[in-house]
Amino acid sequence: MIRVLIRSSAIDVAAELDLHDAGGHGASASFVGRVRGDDDLTELFLEHHPAMTEAGLGDLAHAAADRWQLAALTLIHRVGAMVPGETIVLVLASSAHRAEALAACEYLIDRLKTDVMLWKRETFADGRVQWVEPREGDHGRSERWD
Amino acid sequence: MALNIAYFSWVRERMGVGDETLDIPKNVGDVGTLVAWLAARDERGALAFAEPHRIRAAIDGVMIGPDAPLSGAREVALFPPVTGG
Repeated sequence: MIRVLIRSSAIDVAAELDLHDAGGHGASASFVGRVRGDDDLTELFLEHHPAMTEAGLGDLAHAAADRWQLAALTLIHRVGAMVPGETIVLVLASSAHRAEALAACEYLIDRLKTDVMLWKRETFADGRVQWVEPREGDHGRSERWD
Repeated sequence: MALNIAYFSWVRERMGVGDETLDIPKNVGDVGTLVAWLAARDERGALAFAEPHRIRAAIDGVMIGPDAPLSGAREVALFPPVTGG
């Protein structure tokens, strides 16, 4: 079962895990990305393309499902405005054994950072607003999977 | 040729619109030439596309490189490197 979603409201990690785990899989790997409150950050805004972002997530999910034997895969990304502590992204990958679940989970988050149309904008307590630049190393991590 | 162009992130902010339909001259045949044409076209284009190496593109939903031809494209999206996750 592949579940891919773009959400503009909070991601309920526990509820998503229950839904994902309904099949009782042998091994489940998870990645939860949250908004950090570094440097007095007050808001993180995620811009997306209404059609292409979800299509990009779907392509990634199917690429992972082609590459590994997965019993279930959940890929949910938040968009719009959020505050420190909130969940930005949730990746759940399940398989019969841990190696495939862990690899698929890592692949999905690495590729998501370079391949899907999403842009982060930070707002700080002193009023500064800036678009986030890609981190050095993101591309290297993503290309490991080529 | 009329082409729908969509902008995102700081490219959108500098262009002042999220998308627009522009009449593209015949000699603008690929994404790289389109970016150069936009940069030379007006002040907002000069601001948005001053550094072409920081611009990424997609045609009809597929991420492509600067050499990608525009022929047959319905929508070209121009944006900075993505930063999701």
